[in-house]
Amino acid sequence: MNNHPFHDPGLKARHRSARLFKWYATASIALTLAFLCFFLFDMGRTAFPALWQTYVKVDVSYSEKTLRLTSKAIDRKYRKIVSRAWLRNIRRQVEVKPELMGHTLSQWVLADDQVDQYMKGHHYNLKVKQIAVVEALKVEGAIEMRWNNIFFARGDSKLPENAGLLSALIGSLLTLGVTMLVAFPLGVMTAVYLEEFARDNTLTRFIEVNINNLAAIPSILFGLLGLAVFINLFGLPRSSPLVGGLTLALMTLPIIIVSARAALRSVPDSIRQAGYGLGLTRVQIVQDHVLPLAMPGILTGSVIGVAQAMGETAPLIIIGMIAFIPDSPTSIVEAATVLPAQIFTWAGLPERAYVEKTAAGIVVILLILFLLNTIAVYLRKKYEIKC
Amino acid sequence: MKSSARQTTPVKIKIAGLNLWYGDNHAVKGIDMAIPANRITALIGPSGCGKSSFLRCINRMNDLIDHVRIDGQVIVDGKNIYDNDVDEIAVRKRIGMVFQQPNPFPKSIYENITYAPLKHGQVRKGRESDALVEASLSSAGLWNEVKDKLHSPGTSLSGGQQQRLCIARAIAVSPDIILMDEPSSALDPISTEKIESLMLELRENYTIVIVTHNMQQAHRTADYTAYFHLGELVEYDETKKLFMNPGQQLTEDYITGRFG
Repeated sequence: MNNHPFHDPGLKARHRSARLFKWYATASIALTLAFLCFFLFDMGRTAFPALWQTYVKVDVSYSEKTLRLTSKAIDRKYRKIVSRAWLRNIRRQVEVKPELMGHTLSQWVLADDQVDQYMKGHHYNLKVKQIAVVEALKVEGAIEMRWNNIFFARGDSKLPENAGLLSALIGSLLTLGVTMLVAFPLGVMTAVYLEEFARDNTLTRFIEVNINNLAAIPSILFGLLGLAVFINLFGLPRSSPLVGGLTLALMTLPIIIVSARAALRSVPDSIRQAGYGLGLTRVQIVQDHVLPLAMPGILTGSVIGVAQAMGETAPLIIIGMIAFIPDSPTSIVEAATVLPAQIFTWAGLPERAYVEKTAAGIVVILLILFLLNTIAVYLRKKYEIKC
Repeated sequence: MKSSARQTTPVKIKIAGLNLWYGDNHAVKGIDMAIPANRITALIGPSGCGKSSFLRCINRMNDLIDHVRIDGQVIVDGKNIYDNDVDEIAVRKRIGMVFQQPNPFPKSIYENITYAPLKHGQVRKGRESDALVEASLSSAGLWNEVKDKLHSPGTSLSGGQQQRLCIARAIAVSPDIILMDEPSSALDPISTEKIESLMLELRENYTIVIVTHNMQQAHRTADYTAYFHLGELVEYDETKKLFMNPGQQLTEDYITGRFG
């Protein structure tokens, strides 16, 4: 049976090595997927409890005495159970609603982070007496978990139960806004110049090589540059989204330039030739025929550049955007922090309650990056012109 | 140039001592040639013989390439287009070009026609543009095929239709001369036939210079034919004479298919 005309003794080994190669490839992608799934699952699991926060129902008395010393508003045995952040807020409550004065009301009050951790089954630091109080409240039904509004509606706080990432979110938006406004036009115009106008000579080649090198520079060096130039030389306000945005723009520029040049290069030269043949000027051809064709690629590259800037922490730490910011910034010259810097800050704090907040912050950042990438794909599909 | 064409019509383009270098590569060598008005002149020759480079000298398309050096004169209607006071943009506006690959802009058929005339200020938007689109597409024999879909993309047409759209687009800026660089080498025989009969119609109003690899095409359409070899003009004569009774051995070898 081994003497038919198609018998080839070497084939078996070749098929085996082909199968082995395919198996390696499959195994490596499976391993990657497993890492990714594990990471996402672990983050999600750690972050989920941050969406809920414990509240307790206790009597609160509003009087002159409690306004002077807010911890007196609550019965002694509940004092360690209730959040100090909530107690501090009593004065403002009275300012808003003066008719509260002189009354004692039973109401739902934000619980202390240790109680919250106890309720969630995490590591806690409560005395036996306090645990007994919490258990008693549980029996009365005077303790419950609620949707954690605070996390999305407030800025940072030294009390974990009162800490949120709104100010970091707004800081990130302002910073990236500045980045985009600066980096996009500069990057696209640079790419257009290098690709469409510049002649091929030593100078343009030198510029090219250096732009490609810029893309590979460690980001912390951009932070040092931002510190030296924008803060020390120009005297722009430290920790501000303006400086952060400019620094990130420096970092994003090479990414935008490189991707925009690739997009421009992929526009068929026949389009330019057609324009020249009709007596059009270079500017008319680039503006009306070449750029529209390159735009999907340029937009995709830019969104990816911004997504990378969004996750950048090191340069922003150097220029001071790691500051403690309880109130959301309202302009680009106020001190602000950004999401990754907020996560970095929380990850370094000792309280156990910050662990879930750190994870939740990471999940929020991942969702935003996912959203940005979806936008990039959408833009590519929407503006794609076939030619 | 050994045998000169007997000119019975006025000369449109007079080329004198034209040389072109790509860096150190001397691609076009001392060409003297007189191209008659309202006739089709074909440039033939083996690949790399400099005929396309020569064609692109006539509307200064070679200016766009780095490291190109050109000397000599290309005199169109009595004016050397390489004079310092001549703007290359104005040259290309009056000397249109059709390329090997159909290259409509990635815009609608309508915009393909009107874009350049609007930029040149030859027409205004609205009724003038509509009239120009109809006139140009009719001249290119495309009007009846596309009149119901003027606002669909030019790239949605077939290859032959795209090429006629490119011709219509070239006509729309009302040039005197149309240069064609192998306009039908990417097309099927039926589309080729349409382009050829279109060329014969356009001859009434335009001077046409065409580069072609297809000797039958030169034979069928051209009034005059020039044979190029290694950057030199070997022979230039009436098409009939050049194909029937070539004056040079090189020409005869090429048209009888002994090489090329």
